[in-house]
Amino acid sequence: MSWLNAVVQGVLLGGFFAISALGLSIVFGVMRIVNLAHGALMILAAYGSVLLIERTGLGTWSSLLVVVPVMAALGYLLQRLVLQRAVSISELAPLMVTFGISIMIPNALVELFTSDVQALPTGNLATRSVSAGGIAVGLLPLLTFGIAVVLIAGLQLFLARARSGRLMRAAADDSQALRLMGVDNRVVYAQATAIAFATLALAGVLFGVRQGGVAPFDGQVTVLLAFETVIIGGLGSLWGTLVGGIVLGVTQTLGGEFSPEVPLLVGNLMFLAVLAFRPNGILGRETRA
Amino acid sequence: MTPQPGGTAPILELVDVGKSFGDLRVIERVSLAVPSGQALGVVGPNGAGKSTLLNVIAGQERASRGSVHLDGADVTRRSPDERCRLGIGRSYQIPRPFTHLTVFENALVAAQYGGRLRGKAAQAAALDALAVAGLLPASNVPSGQLPLLGRKRMEMARALATQPRLLLLDEIAGGLTEAEADELVGTISSLKRTGINIIWIEHVVKALVQVVDRLVCLASGVLIKDGAPDEVLKSEEVLRVYLGSELE
Repeated sequence: MSWLNAVVQGVLLGGFFAISALGLSIVFGVMRIVNLAHGALMILAAYGSVLLIERTGLGTWSSLLVVVPVMAALGYLLQRLVLQRAVSISELAPLMVTFGISIMIPNALVELFTSDVQALPTGNLATRSVSAGGIAVGLLPLLTFGIAVVLIAGLQLFLARARSGRLMRAAADDSQALRLMGVDNRVVYAQATAIAFATLALAGVLFGVRQGGVAPFDGQVTVLLAFETVIIGGLGSLWGTLVGGIVLGVTQTLGGEFSPEVPLLVGNLMFLAVLAFRPNGILGRETRA
Repeated sequence: MTPQPGGTAPILELVDVGKSFGDLRVIERVSLAVPSGQALGVVGPNGAGKSTLLNVIAGQERASRGSVHLDGADVTRRSPDERCRLGIGRSYQIPRPFTHLTVFENALVAAQYGGRLRGKAAQAAALDALAVAGLLPASNVPSGQLPLLGRKRMEMARALATQPRLLLLDEIAGGLTEAEADELVGTISSLKRTGINIIWIEHVVKALVQVVDRLVCLASGVLIKDGAPDEVLKSEEVLRVYLGSELE
């Protein structure tokens, strides 16, 4: 039974990994930008919630109503004002810029909040669970998994059907040709970044809630897991991101059955195995020309 | 340019246009006026600057010198997406469809943004463009799966769906069989009859001369001949720049 339990917990954990990785997947998929600051930005969003809870008396969940749109706006501006310039310089420039941001954010957070863990209270949600068939499932992981599925389904629908979603797919294929169709590709990029930042803001707050709080340098682990999720699942497919999250989650929880020390290690080994044997990821498409 | 009385400014006018990349001068000084309704062909040896000239007209490259006017309005400093919305459509020599979008979606994006159409009107315009280009049966195929002729047609359909007043065609007949090229000539001729102004770069001169009213020859970034197609092709200057290389 404990094996089955580990698999169930791993699948649910995968939902969280998937939400954390969506923003990374979108930014890379549409703009070919590797966002090294992804994890730091998640943590920045969680600190946004912390600040709102302290100063305004909002709850953790209601703070999302502010944090998510603010982060989306930040993403839009960052793309228009900074990353767009970097892209026009060279392919490496955005990497340097996001690397710089990933260093600035945690250090600024240490200055402003100290390096102590800041709590993100959600009542007893983090500890409540429901039982089915002898397996106790945490309410929060279940909720997180549900959010992941709804979010991915919604984003897929948006990309497939909406006017601006179609533009994002077109921009991913050929942004210069898109300009000849009368579209300012920079606006499309900024919109995609805004969506990515909205999802990473949600992921950051969920991360804080799961952990019971956030600390400035937590982004270093979250960005690594997000990268592994995207690559295991395969680039260019949002459902692949969910699959990648589930594979990573199940690997970690099964590893945890052997020893509480090994989950991260076996997760990384799984990642290396995928890189070695299925470099395009589990649901990955052929590398684009 | 001062618009002439009667509102008959040329659809396109290049005034003393030059384009350099660093020290490399690709286009020297090109001045050219294309009256409304005229189909212009551009020939010239490889590396003459023909594609660069189209890029300067469509806005992917900005002229280093001189100015570009569309229908009397100076568009020299306009971005390619603005120029597209103003009425310039361009096809690439090497087709660049949005490979993960269906053929219909490719045309729809062009109609919605370049053509500034909404809802049903955009869909109708996209379908019209596909019909003209003979791609209607392939509407729901991912454009990445099209064969070469299909991709060339996709380029044209997409450019048409932007509702251009001026259509720039870059070697659209290259790489096609003679029968395929003939079909394409038929399509382009019918476009011309609908009143779309065409500037067409082509190595397959046999196809070109069936459509264009006027031919210019570009060599080393300079217009060396301008006139009626027969006259230009027979001229000594043009034969000289082509030397051994065969005019098809």
